[in-house]
Amino acid sequence: MSEELTIVQRTVDELYRAHSRRVLATLIRLTGSFDAAEEALHDAFVAALERWPSAGVPAKPVPWLVSAGRFKAIDRARRRANFDAKQEEIARDMIASATVDADHHEDDAIGEDRLRLIFTCCHPALSPDAQVALTLRTVGGLTTEEIAHAFFMPAPTLAQRIVRAKNKIRCARIPYEIPGERDLPGRLDTVLAVLYLIFNEGYSASSGDSLTRGDLCAEAIRLCRLLLDLLPEPEVEGLLALMLLHDSRRAARVSTSGEPLLLEEQDRALWDTDQIREGVARTERALTSHRYGSYALQAAIGAVHAEAPSAGRTDWRQIVGLYDVLMEINASPVVELNRAVAVAMSDGPAAGLALIDGLFARGELTSYQLAHAARADLLRRLGRRTEAVTAYASALALTAQAPHRRFLEKRIAELGH
Amino acid sequence: MKYLCLIYDVEKRWETMSKEESGKIYGEYYTFTEDIKSSGHYIGGNPLQPTATATTVRVRNGSIGTTDGPFAETKEQLGGYYLIEARDLNDAIQVAARIPAVRDGSIEVRPIAQM
Repeated sequence: MSEELTIVQRTVDELYRAHSRRVLATLIRLTGSFDAAEEALHDAFVAALERWPSAGVPAKPVPWLVSAGRFKAIDRARRRANFDAKQEEIARDMIASATVDADHHEDDAIGEDRLRLIFTCCHPALSPDAQVALTLRTVGGLTTEEIAHAFFMPAPTLAQRIVRAKNKIRCARIPYEIPGERDLPGRLDTVLAVLYLIFNEGYSASSGDSLTRGDLCAEAIRLCRLLLDLLPEPEVEGLLALMLLHDSRRAARVSTSGEPLLLEEQDRALWDTDQIREGVARTERALTSHRYGSYALQAAIGAVHAEAPSAGRTDWRQIVGLYDVLMEINASPVVELNRAVAVAMSDGPAAGLALIDGLFARGELTSYQLAHAARADLLRRLGRRTEAVTAYASALALTAQAPHRRFLEKRIAELGH
Repeated sequence: MKYLCLIYDVEKRWETMSKEESGKIYGEYYTFTEDIKSSGHYIGGNPLQPTATATTVRVRNGSIGTTDGPFAETKEQLGGYYLIEARDLNDAIQVAARIPAVRDGSIEVRPIAQM
């Protein structure tokens, strides 16, 4: 391979990594089809490898790739039209829109296409599982195998989920658009929920042998940065801040032998100070907008933890206060549980225990392992050993995650049972 | 693009409803239907008789089997439908969200298959 060819190959590889998702997002709009756009994307990069060694790399490679992909898609549609009369209409539509759009793929339009893609992948008419898979595949550019691996699923199952989602987009005609002002808040909630689901799966893996999967966390953070870039809303910034603050503790959350460490047991020197600094700054910006929601509030709670020198010297009063505000805008049993733990830290374990018992009495969270584990911990601190062991055993019975099981077993052993 | 909006509701509710209440809901349906006629969404629509009048038919091994009642016993029953013309799913969802039964029951929106 000549040197020139190697340089072009490397440029194309880099362009693919950095920009293939942007090109794809625009091609989906121009071709009106996820599948046609994926073919066209592939064709465009093949064309670049063929032409750039002799013609040189264009000054604006992204619009070049979009144009090449569009014409390849038209070619394919024309060729199919020879076999199928119905396709001819599609080809004609595509050519018509191509002429209208010829000058329309400047940076802004490409940015809008990326937003269109995000909102389409996270459309509430798709199941949450499908939203997550489709977002990671088409917006994030992860391969089907990578996503399947991250979620401990067989690749064919995951692939089928993506195919079904694309079929629904086509058959039910989910439009490729950014929601209007009236629908935006609700639709943005769905997008943020998908990003948070991806982050959470990485942060506390629901099954398997490894406690955290940093790759999923990093991907969720990357996607959230992209979204904030395209749509600078306080709640997007709040979610990014929340993820950064959680992720800053990643290295400290697991012991050398792989067991989870509670906040009070973590070596705070291992916390990532860059992520904390950015997370705190973003939290403050989101809160001062006065249009914040539950993500920014959760980030604020994370920021109080991040800035505390130790668990004992944490401003637990302030954390309880933030949970009170959170309860007002987004009450849920899980928020109540977390508030109870904060109350236990500020007013003593008995006060927290009463709140958790109140939840259980209402039939809430009785099959949530973390609720039993938190209750067990408070009983242990109160010296009620037998009850603590029973509560740890309840948590253990609900836990499938290997390191969490070892942690609970260790606690039971420490209590002399 | 055509969508069928299937209206699911607890039909027992209608038995215990006062004349004023049901009259008010009929009025809402009349207004809604007029609205979607003038916006161009309306193609057709009908209420259905209660599920007590339903018969489910199957042919197995060449012979017709009929059973009394609807195909599936569910908490909510199919009580009527609208066939609408909508730009896309978002447009169809906006129309479905204005069907009066949406407040207590639910609307299933199904794209019509092109044959």
